[in-house]
Amino acid sequence: MVKRFIALVLVLAVGGLFAVLLATYAPDAELNQTARYYAQRTAQDLGAANIVTAIIVTYRGLDTLGEVTVLFLAATIVGLVLSQGGQSGTPARGRVPVGELLTTGSRYLAPLILLLGVYVFVNGHLTPGGGFQGGAIIASGTLLLLLADPLRRFGHRLIAAVESVAGVVYVLIGLLGLILAGGFLDNRILPTGALGALFSAGAIPLIYVLIGLKVGAEVSSMLVSLAETDAETREEA
Amino acid sequence: MIEHFSYIVTVFLMIAGLYIVIARGNLIKKLVGLSIFQTSVYLLYLAPGKLLGGTAPILAPAYGVYSNPLPHVLILTAIVVGVATLALGLALAVRIREVYGTIEEDEILALDHRIEEAEEQGEERRA
Repeated sequence: MVKRFIALVLVLAVGGLFAVLLATYAPDAELNQTARYYAQRTAQDLGAANIVTAIIVTYRGLDTLGEVTVLFLAATIVGLVLSQGGQSGTPARGRVPVGELLTTGSRYLAPLILLLGVYVFVNGHLTPGGGFQGGAIIASGTLLLLLADPLRRFGHRLIAAVESVAGVVYVLIGLLGLILAGGFLDNRILPTGALGALFSAGAIPLIYVLIGLKVGAEVSSMLVSLAETDAETREEA
Repeated sequence: MIEHFSYIVTVFLMIAGLYIVIARGNLIKKLVGLSIFQTSVYLLYLAPGKLLGGTAPILAPAYGVYSNPLPHVLILTAIVVGVATLALGLALAVRIREVYGTIEEDEILALDHRIEEAEEQGEERRA
């Protein structure tokens, strides 16, 4: 009781602090210097319509490589932590059967979800979205398949292969930029093309497709690892 | 009031998330609270990035004023790292459930305490 009261006071103090901070904030009338640089230079430098994508993939490409590495490490550690448990692998008793609606629905929806994910990361340089968003959509397709059939087993080897090939090619494209263009992960190793066309912005669509596949594979592998512990823990309960 | 709507939502989510993290003993509920708190931080960065009359930061001939793209870039990174930490937290919760048989914080602490006492008694008997 005392703990909850202290928590409430503390939380309200933090909330009050941020409320005062936000209440006195006035929105900007124009972009600040850094943002203005990106808004003005993106089209002529890189040929990408989506400024956010241009910053993520090219201007701050090295950060994105680190970000993908964080996700890769997290997926690996999730697999490692969950593999420590006893792996009986026997199907749990008393499981509620999956409904007809979910089974049939997932059969029709899963391919469409995969297609939407691919669409989102292929058009990452033109529309809102990109590799991370598309990868998350693909992983949500995996989640739907797991919900429809909780005992379904995905090939770990396929997921690992997609993930590592995408990662290696991503780094190789970065190194190509070092040789053929201005620096590591420079997108101008391919022609930048016309602003707004699908095949434009140099290597950005290529890199975002690779990131999309890599993120989709990594998040899927986390979901599969978590789903595979399901059979054992249910049995104990 | 209405122009501060997103800020009110931000502060509300921040309070709710932080309170759940501190006050709840269930590890899964703590992780849910952490996610809500993270969401409020995303809003805290994204909402002030909107420029008066600005559109989404995607170049098009019909528009000249764009919102600030930098918060979007930063928060995309934050979301990805948030997903990674959430998955890791859930994996640890699963392992704790396997070993202790519970995910309630006070029960886990009580179990730890009992194990320590048993070990101390064992050492005394040996000595």
